[in-house]
Amino acid sequence: MAELVVLAVGGPALVQDAGRPGHGAIGVGSSGAADRAAYALGNRLLGNRDGAAALEVTLGGLELEVTSVVWACVTGAPVSLHLDDRVEPTGAVLALRPGQRLRLGTPVSGLRSYLAVRGGVDVPSLLGSRSRDTLAGLGPAPLAVGDRLQIGDAVRGDLLVDAVAPQQYGDQPVLRVVRGPRDDWVADADHLVAQTWRVGGASDRVGLRLEGAPFTCADRGQLPSEGAMRGAIQVPPNGEPVVFGADHPVTGGYPVVGVVVDADTDLLAQLRPGDGLLFRWA
Amino acid sequence: MKALPYGDRGLLLELADTAAVVAYVDALRADPAVAARVDDLVADVVPGARTVLLVARPGITLDALRAIVPDEKHLEPADSGAFRQGPPEEVVIPVQYDGPDLAAVASLTGLTEDEVVAAHTSTPWRVAFGGFAPGFAYLVGGDPRLQVPRRDQPRTSVPAGAVGLAGEFSGIYPRPSPGGWQLIGRTDTVLWDLERDPPALLGAGVTVRFEATDG
Repeated sequence: MAELVVLAVGGPALVQDAGRPGHGAIGVGSSGAADRAAYALGNRLLGNRDGAAALEVTLGGLELEVTSVVWACVTGAPVSLHLDDRVEPTGAVLALRPGQRLRLGTPVSGLRSYLAVRGGVDVPSLLGSRSRDTLAGLGPAPLAVGDRLQIGDAVRGDLLVDAVAPQQYGDQPVLRVVRGPRDDWVADADHLVAQTWRVGGASDRVGLRLEGAPFTCADRGQLPSEGAMRGAIQVPPNGEPVVFGADHPVTGGYPVVGVVVDADTDLLAQLRPGDGLLFRWA
Repeated sequence: MKALPYGDRGLLLELADTAAVVAYVDALRADPAVAARVDDLVADVVPGARTVLLVARPGITLDALRAIVPDEKHLEPADSGAFRQGPPEEVVIPVQYDGPDLAAVASLTGLTEDEVVAAHTSTPWRVAFGGFAPGFAYLVGGDPRLQVPRRDQPRTSVPAGAVGLAGEFSGIYPRPSPGGWQLIGRTDTVLWDLERDPPALLGAGVTVRFEATDG
């Protein structure tokens, strides 16, 4: 059975797939790839079944080898990709042979790259998913040096495409937001679209902490806990918003002034601390 | 019942109180025709304290979701007997009532410690919603005299199995974690077990009875 062997890790490297929706009532969130489009592209390029698990690599640094010939590709944040000494492009389907080392450098733009292998990463699944939920501590542990990951047989068809153009992530993306449901819990919800926000350092898969002139909260007491989704922009009492990511809490008690349009939430996953971003009402 | 957009993939239904939330989620599941329609379009049903969040499956619009969401007025109550097969699931949780906040809860409620235990054990609780941690269930429907505020100073570490009170809720910590609830006891019952299917002991709608043990 073919395996991936981890030789080095840089930023967090996690097994991710399409997530485990449907368990909110028992406190389990959907988790899954933070940039779903980049993750899904990898599976398409390799002829994998939808939902095959891949590796989500934050800020590069991952180095690995294989125990038999494996097709692989990297999507998402474009990295300098070395197969032994040869430089390979992000977005290209590569054949990895035993004895060769694949190394992901630091991304030129964006934050998260996806390393997919033909057949998918086959670790035990939990509630229908192999995703690591970093908030709940569910799913496979973050990759560590020496880990050996089996490669599965989640294959749908042949390899039809050699390569796609690497993605580029521009500065200051403008994200569309649906207003509410609790926009009346801040003094002025339009404050959201009136300035450039910066991504704070304490941002992760749970949420992006935004820095800027804070919101003024309307004095309405405490909101009873309600369900949350990725893209929800929650305003805690200090007025500094948090945009929920893939591993957000299932329910939360701070008012949500707006929710990023689902398709735009993938862009959130590629923002680095210090990056600017803007919102506009959808 | 108001249905507020929650982004372009979610609908947040506002209900009167937690009991109405429990009744609504029960009713959605109880009628097989409604349950099937909801299941086709909805990826997750997330109950809250006063709300139910419906998360649309990919490609499903909010208009499509609105069209199939039954108003609470039109839902057959689950306990009407029309649909329910057998009694609701009941879980008995043995508790040793020796929690560090038992005295504080007694003084906040004006009850004796024995009366707090009696109040906690004498009425059945229902699982309303989850979300704090996998397997954590917000329980409602208990004796209203037990409503106490959270602790001013949350604990940095609460052991697994601690039984607590906060507001209208009771709950059991499934694993060690920080927490601000008033702790009245502890149980050896395992709330979250990955070897079990489903791993959560207390799913939505389950009835919970607490039972005092001597330790």
